[in-house]
Amino acid sequence: MKSEKITKYVLFAVSLIILLIFAGMVFSLAGGAMPVFKEYGLKFIISADWNPTTGRESYGALPFIIGTLITSLLALLICFPLSFSTSLFIAEFYHKTRVASVLGTIVDLLAGIPSIVYGLWGFYTLRPVIIALGLSDQGFGIFTSSIILAIMIIPYATSLSNEIITMVPTELKEAAYSLGATRFEVIFNVIIPNARSGIVASYILALGRALGETMAVTMLIGNANIIPDGLFSTGNTMASLIANQFGEADGLKLSALIAIGLLLFLITAIVNALGKYIIRKFS
Amino acid sequence: MVENNINIQNPVLSIRNLSIAYDEKKFAVKDVNALIERNAITAIMGPSGCGKSTLLRAINRMHELYPKIITKGEILLNGQSIYEMQTIQLRRKIGMVFQRPNPFPTMSIYDNVIAGYKLNGIKLNKDQRDDIVEKSLNDVTLWDEVKDSLFKKGTFLSGGQQQRLCIARTLAFNPEVILLDEPTSALDPIATAKVEELLVDLKKKYTIVLVTHNMSQAARISDNSMFMYLGELIEYGKTEAMFTNPKNPKTEEYLTGKFG
Amino acid sequence: MNLGSDIAYIDTFHRRKVRNTIFKIIVIVLSVITTSPIILILSKLIIEGVGQINLDFFTQLAPDTFQAMSAKMSGEKIPGGIVNGITGTLFLVLLASLIAIPIGIMAGIYLYENGSKRYTNLIRNIADIMQGIPSIVLGIIGYIWIVKNITHGFSALAGSVALAIMMLPLIIRSTEETMKMVPESIKEAGAALGVPYHRIILKVMIPSSFSGLMTGILLAVSRIIGETAPLLLTTLGSPVINFEIDKPTSAVPLLIWNFYNDPNMIDLIWSSSLFLMGFVLILNLISKRIIAHREKN
Ligand SMILES: Nc1ncnc2c1ncn2[C@@H]1O[C@H](COP(=O)(O)OP(=O)(O)O)[C@@H](O)[C@H]1O
Ligand SMILES: [Mg+2]
Repeated sequence: MKSEKITKYVLFAVSLIILLIFAGMVFSLAGGAMPVFKEYGLKFIISADWNPTTGRESYGALPFIIGTLITSLLALLICFPLSFSTSLFIAEFYHKTRVASVLGTIVDLLAGIPSIVYGLWGFYTLRPVIIALGLSDQGFGIFTSSIILAIMIIPYATSLSNEIITMVPTELKEAAYSLGATRFEVIFNVIIPNARSGIVASYILALGRALGETMAVTMLIGNANIIPDGLFSTGNTMASLIANQFGEADGLKLSALIAIGLLLFLITAIVNALGKYIIRKFS
Repeated sequence: MVENNINIQNPVLSIRNLSIAYDEKKFAVKDVNALIERNAITAIMGPSGCGKSTLLRAINRMHELYPKIITKGEILLNGQSIYEMQTIQLRRKIGMVFQRPNPFPTMSIYDNVIAGYKLNGIKLNKDQRDDIVEKSLNDVTLWDEVKDSLFKKGTFLSGGQQQRLCIARTLAFNPEVILLDEPTSALDPIATAKVEELLVDLKKKYTIVLVTHNMSQAARISDNSMFMYLGELIEYGKTEAMFTNPKNPKTEEYLTGKFG
Repeated sequence: MNLGSDIAYIDTFHRRKVRNTIFKIIVIVLSVITTSPIILILSKLIIEGVGQINLDFFTQLAPDTFQAMSAKMSGEKIPGGIVNGITGTLFLVLLASLIAIPIGIMAGIYLYENGSKRYTNLIRNIADIMQGIPSIVLGIIGYIWIVKNITHGFSALAGSVALAIMMLPLIIRSTEETMKMVPESIKEAGAALGVPYHRIILKVMIPSSFSGLMTGILLAVSRIIGETAPLLLTTLGSPVINFEIDKPTSAVPLLIWNFYNDPNMIDLIWSSSLFLMGFVLILNLISKRIIAHREKN
């Protein structure tokens, strides 16, 4: 009896550790970000000026917030037709066939490639293509990063929407077929309307992944601390700025980078919570 | 050996040497031959797993959704092979109602009734739509129950109402034949009685093929009955004759409740 | 009324079938395009990387930039290997696992045992949110907690704390899911015999869900093994083999990053990436095998 109590307390204590880790993370990030918010207030978020030169120091996160949002949303846009087609292939057109399971395995492999390898491939294979197409001089920038990000999030978006599409009851699809619908009509009138919120959630969660990707973007975006002015402009994301500048940072700059980490944390947490919430309501 | 004690003139459907397999070795329907009478209710009976649904689903070529299923033989609709028609066209002439009520959950009651038109991309004006909805819902005696909530989701209805809505959805498309696969097995007795009454009424205008493993249901409402066993059509005859005087000993065993 | 629409209806047959076929072709083409990156990436790694892989690759330290430069100038192959990276990665994974596995499994069991109370749902939601935290942010956490306050310098510990936090939510959730699959009867049998609770956990629940726990752990490890960003902020890298938790440590992805940034050592990036990729793939394969094996039984 006594040992049972002890075990229960130990397990409870461990669950408390999770809570503490999480609270500690928020606390530490907020603490580290404090100096820069004290100095600039909320202007830190809306200012576009990032200048670490001593004497003329000025820190504004706007270029990186915008850079992050643009690259991620563009990635989502590029990812969608590819991954949604793949989902339809696997979960509808060739459901439960060998070719579908091979395709599923191949797509899963994408999730196993480390970010830095994506970066290398983007740098040595994709960038020359972008240059050859005359899209930009150096091949760095928003567009190049977004393509790589799109590829990186494909497996997450695909496997989630696969599950969602498979969950649409066969009875409903058969009801539609029995009324003379073609597969195209079944997909657009039955599958998509019935799975809509789940599909939306899959892509929200994939967006959450794209927002925080670091290395591949760092290697491809051009690391310019400006608000990007076009699809092929260079820029910087919150994550890649941190990776680039954290090493030699101290004082106010360190605080500014931690503050950007805090913002990134909040944005991804909100996006993920939203996605998970919709998924849970869906199923 | 098939006991075929029925003589049907001008059949709607002629099923000839029909065999269906889910995998190459095991046939779920074996060499079935039968004619289906126009404006009558034909019941398909037999123990669970004997191939009733498999046979029924062949009639509107549902099996073609699943490439692995093998179908052999021939089915004629009014003398024309169904395999020579477009599936789209065939399924419009042969409607289907499923075991579990399955109204489209994303559509209102109103839209569910005209779902066939919507799915097939047929443009109707508002008057036509209203007409079809009212008429079809009247046909299934659902109009009075739902006329004030036409734009609510169909999934809010009771099981029996949902099933009648699904029948209305099929009727709205004005088919010749209606296939029903155990349409009342998920319903309570009162809802079942309503659907049975409805089917008897509907046979004036439609030909009805009804799968049921409820013998008394077949006895109550069907004109002709098939008895299937292990994929074979064992006996086919006028319902009354078959229930009072079954020819095949297996049929008799089944009807007297020895198995099933 | 129905007859009127019949004509228009038959007219659309052809158009609808064509639309249906075109859509199917688009789906197939886009699906094939989706597979092309993985094929291009893998072939690039193999074509460029295989040549550099030999015994030295696994036994020698990474070269410094001068060794690489002089080898290049005399037209030789760049000497050395990535052994400090391999040992570093193994060391970091070991430390992170030592932190994350016990905590993760116990927290997972706690969640399983306590169903859906308010507090357990809170912990579950936190685990969900933690799973989405970008790894670079966890790097910052490792930096603030360990580099600044405990080891007062870049250290293996800082890196493994960041990686452990990455592993935690994966292990917690997979533990809970696996525990749900242990038949109730097995636990009750233990309880009926008067076996103490902690022994039921240790001797019944964990062993009978071992393969599920293993899969969760392997997947978690395969997720952290290629991580670079958090290590840049915490372990920094090291030219030598290090097994001390308070010292900077190298790791394979960190070496790739160094090679990439040093024009003299560019030749080494592909072999190292190939190695890293192979490592991750093997872990994935093993866990898939375990899953397949379990599903068969
Ligand atoms: N999708 C399927 N795949 C494989 N076998 C099936 C499938 N559906 C039915 N069967 C098999 O075919 C036989 C007939 O099934 P079915 O037509 O559903 O019987 P009934 O409707 O009379 O209960 C059964 O043995 C069943 O196991
Ligand atoms: Mg059946």
